[in-house]
Parts: sequence; C-alpha cells; structure tokens
Amino acid sequence: MSQSPPLLVAKALTAERGGRALFENVNVTLAPGELVALRGPNGTGKTTLLRLLAGFGEPERGEIARCAPILFWGHAAAIKDELTPIENLKLLCASEVVSATQLTAALERCGLGTRRSVLARKLSAGQRRRIGLAWLTLASAKLWLLDEPTAALDAAGLALLADVLNAHQAAGGAAIVATHQDIAGLQFQPRLLELGL
Amino acid sequence: MRVNGPLAGIAWALIRDVKLAWRNRGDVALVPTFFFVVLMLFPLAVGAERETLARIGPGVVWVAALLSSLLAAHRLFAADFADGTLEQMRLLDAPLASLAFGKIIAHWFTTGLPIVLLSPIAALQYGIAPALIPLLVITLFLGTPILSALTATGAGLTLGLRAGSALLGLLTLPLAAPVLIFGAGALAEARAGLPVDAYVSLLAAGALVALLALPFAISAALKLALD
Amino acid sequence: MLFSKYASPQNFYTLAGKLEPWFWAAAVALSALGLYIGLVLAPTDATQGEVYRVIFIHVPAAWMSMWLYLVMAFYAVLLLVFNTKISGMMIRAIAPTGAWMTLIALVTGALWGRPTWGTYWAWDARMTTELILLFLYLGVIALANAIDDPKRGDKAAAILSLVGSINVPIIYFSVKWWNTLHQGASVSLTSSPKMAKLMLNGMLIMGIALWMYAIAVALNRARSIVLERERDRAWLAERLD
Repeated sequence: MSQSPPLLVAKALTAERGGRALFENVNVTLAPGELVALRGPNGTGKTTLLRLLAGFGEPERGEIARCAPILFWGHAAAIKDELTPIENLKLLCASEVVSATQLTAALERCGLGTRRSVLARKLSAGQRRRIGLAWLTLASAKLWLLDEPTAALDAAGLALLADVLNAHQAAGGAAIVATHQDIAGLQFQPRLLELGL
Repeated sequence: MRVNGPLAGIAWALIRDVKLAWRNRGDVALVPTFFFVVLMLFPLAVGAERETLARIGPGVVWVAALLSSLLAAHRLFAADFADGTLEQMRLLDAPLASLAFGKIIAHWFTTGLPIVLLSPIAALQYGIAPALIPLLVITLFLGTPILSALTATGAGLTLGLRAGSALLGLLTLPLAAPVLIFGAGALAEARAGLPVDAYVSLLAAGALVALLALPFAISAALKLALD
Repeated sequence: MLFSKYASPQNFYTLAGKLEPWFWAAAVALSALGLYIGLVLAPTDATQGEVYRVIFIHVPAAWMSMWLYLVMAFYAVLLLVFNTKISGMMIRAIAPTGAWMTLIALVTGALWGRPTWGTYWAWDARMTTELILLFLYLGVIALANAIDDPKRGDKAAAILSLVGSINVPIIYFSVKWWNTLHQGASVSLTSSPKMAKLMLNGMLIMGIALWMYAIAVALNRARSIVLERERDRAWLAERLD
C-alpha cells in the first residue's frame, strides 16, 4: 500500500485566526486505503484544517497537493429543507453519473426507503445526516474529508458509517474523519492525527 | 445530471434555484406584492394628480423594481451558505462564476420577470399612455437582469455579515443609478416624442456587460465568504 | 519585483515612517503657496465677488475624490492579483480620505452654489456624481469594517472598489446624460484669460498639496493598521522597545 502515490500531501500547514496561530506545522499525507481520525479539543482547528485541505481558503504558510477528486462533508449537512431526500441526494450527487434506481437503492440502504418523498424539513437531524450517508455510498471521489459525520447518528447510523468507510477503504479510497467519537465496526484502526498537543 | 463545465453549471444552478423558489412560492409571491405596495405609496405621498403621476410613473416603477430586487436578495446565497450547500457548489466541477450566473438568472425569473410582466398594470395605475407601455416593458426586460446581477454582487459581498441587509442597500443602490437613469429616461424621452434607440441600446449593452462580468466578482466574493 | 520588497509589513512600516514627514512638509508648504495665490494674488471676480475663492478648495478636493478612488482600485488589483498584504491596508487607509475629499467637495460646492445659483443643491451632474461617489466610499469603508477577519475585509473591500471603479465613469456619463435631459444648472466662471491662468495655477498647486496631504495621511493610517495587525510579531516588539 505504501508504494502507491499519495492522494494528498500537506506540508507544514499553519493557520491563523485573528492574528494568532491556530495550529502550526501540521503535516498530513494520505495514501490510498488510508483512514485518518482527526482528534483534538474544541477550538484547536480541526474544522479549519479540513476546510483548508478541501480548498476553502489558503493556509498562512505551507503547501497542499491534492492528487484526487475531493469530497468534503462539513458541519452543516448540506441538505435543503424544501426538497425531499431523493431530490437532495440528486443534488449532492451532481458530480456523479448515477441512475434513479441507484439513488433509491442508496436511500433504502440508509433506512430512508419509506421516507424518500417526504420534505427534508420533516426529517430528524439523524435522518438528514443519513441522506449524506447515502451520498457517500454513491460518491466516486477518492479522497473524503468528513467533519463530524457521527453527529446526530444513532447506533445503526454509526454502523452504517463504518460500513461505508470500510467499503471506501477497500476500494482504495482514503478519508480524514474529524470526530470526538470512536467509530465502532471499522475493519482497520484509523491512524490518529491529533491537534492542539 | 453530471455537472462538468460552465454550461452544465449554469443549467444546474438555474434549475435548482427555480425549483427551490417553486417550493417556496409563497415567499416568492411576496416580491410582486411588495412591488405594488411601493407603487401605492407614491400617489399617497405626492398626490393623485393625473399629470404628475403620468410623469413620475416610469421612475416610480423603476425604483419599486430596484427595491423588490433587493428584497429578494437573501434568497440568492444566504440559505445555501447556512445549510452547507454553497460549500458543495464550490467543489463542483464547474466554475463558481457559472453557478453564480445561473443563480442570477433564477433570481431574475422570480423577481425581475414577474415585475416585467406585471408592469402594464402599474402603467395603468399611473396613467402612463398606453402607447408607452411596450417601451416600459422592453426597458424593464433589459434593465431588471442588471438589477439582479448587482443585487447578487451585493448579496455575495455581505454574505454572513451581521449588518448584512443595511449594507446590501448601501453597496447596491448607488451602483444601480445608471440603470435607473437610462430606464426611466427612455420613457421620459418617449413622452416628449424624442427617439429612444440610444437608451434601449445602452440598457442592452449594460445587461450584457453586467451578466458577463459580475459573476466573476460574485465568485470571488463567495470564495471569500467560504474561507 | 519592485514592490514585493516593500510589500512586507516590516519594510513598509520603516519606509512609510521615513517618507511621511516629507509629504507632510510638502503638503503644508504647497497649501500655503496655493492659498496665498488663491486668497491674496487672485483678484476679486467681477461678477461673483470674493465668494468664488472657494474653488481653490472645491475643485482640488473634487479632483482628489476621483483620483483617490482610482488609486484605491489600483491597490484592489494589486491585492487580488498579487495578494500583497500592504495593498489591503492601503485600501483601508485611502478610503476615509477619499470620503472626506468627496464630502469637502460637496459641502464647498453647496456653499458656493447658494450665492451664485441661489440654491445649495442643484442636482447638477457633477454634484450628483460626487454624491454617488461618497456613497461608494462609505460602502467600501462599511464593508471592510463589517467583516471581522481583517484579510477577508480587505479583499471584500477590494472587490467592491473594483466593481465601483468600473461603474464610476458609467455613472458620470449617465448622470451627465440625465442632466441634459432635465436641464439642470451648469457652472461657468466669467473671467479674463490672464486671470484664468493664475487661478488655474492656484488650483493646480492646491491639487498637488492635497495629493501630498492624502499620501501623508494614508501612510500614517496604513502604519497604524500595521501596528494593529502585527502587534504580536517579534519585529514589532523589537522596534517598539
């Protein structure tokens, strides 16, 4: 696995907020099949790091080389209230070639089969997150940057997330997951990247 | 639908926003309502003398159209910014400027176009000569896209700011002065029996320049907001 | 590149500190000369009397209001294309002076208008453009201040000044067009060619004086911004010890 070229290389990243360094000299290299758990107390810059890696803004210092298409799933779930799960999923899959059957199947797999034509406004926070999980099952991007994907998910939802990450890893994808929670059911223990040490 | 390239980006953003507007059609319908409320205020303020109303009518219609465009500004980016969908748009395989263009057109469909279509009613209210109504419709048709583009620029620059809405007015309204001058000026010239070709051409040129150039400014502003 | 050397806050702070006194000195000396020409040498106008002397402030201030917007737009391009830190600070440093120049031009114009046209405000093409320009300046200042992150504020202000600078000629053209349509007042000064030359010289000298003043005050403001933004940097601590 270590011979294959990395999907992402970030060197000596430094980010600032309000003139003060949030983190300094952070290095991240992600090879295919690698899973990284991004940890750190609140306010140490986990979200900032993921956003920089995704290309939102420039780091104060340091370089980022992205060698694969990126999927970024942020704090906000990227779900439109006034659309149904199936419509939301279709928008999220704007970079994919997917059929209507695939969209329906993905929602069913994520436990939204019966609710696929209800407006997202009427879904619970966990159900809204599950639309995102369905998106992950269809996504072709090799590099995933997930910010607190476990938020609002129940035990079954967490198991689903673990399944999705396992499949992604098996297909040669890589992911950085910022989370305070251990994700049970992962095939391989993720490498730890800790901020704020 | 796979979004790759600017044209797909324009179509995707346009269809998406029109669909969202349709789902929120109650909110969207408020815009033409607001337009007519503004129109109602002027006779109450300056008096209902027919000659006065016919003279100020075109200008009032333009001011009302401008205010209506601003009123609908929050629909352009604010919700997408708050719910995280703007982040996803930035990562699409299409230039952000193309998505901004699609959004401007969608904004125009839901604010400018209804006003263009309803403007003959406004003309009747203000006693604007029936012969001038086609010109009013044409100038509004050419000028309201510029207003949408300027509104989108202001909305992009003030995205996520506390003083957003007051600032939006300060940024956008002065820039819209030429549109107002040429739009209302055309009607004033026509009333005096003078040719209006120059006004119509200038509005058309303005629409072209605004729609081609401002999406890039909006794209820069959105990237800044997402930093 | 030439400006990259001075584009670091540290070098800028030093250089601006050295240059600033010279610009202040030039501003004071040229103002004294310009005002001497305007208030003493220039003869009383045959029709307007003494009141026309306000042009020695009014016209240069109006020139500066336009120039400074262009200079601000120039720094906006530098910031957006080359991402030089100082450019953003210069935008913030220039905008208030630009707004003041615009306001001075408007107020002196109104004071001059009262005795000559019989009204403070005439919706004259130039006055209207000037008023719109004031709002454009205020927009840039307000936008830069509304954004918490200084660098984001700089860039947003830069985008706005760029859009505005493209619009300023269009606004002037359209307002002039509108003005001929509505037959507003237009300003003309009756005087002999010889006297006109003296007055033009006075106005030019005052114009250069205001340039010097604007540069001095912008450098001063930019230095303050450097102090504020770089307060935690080592170089500044060493300097201030």
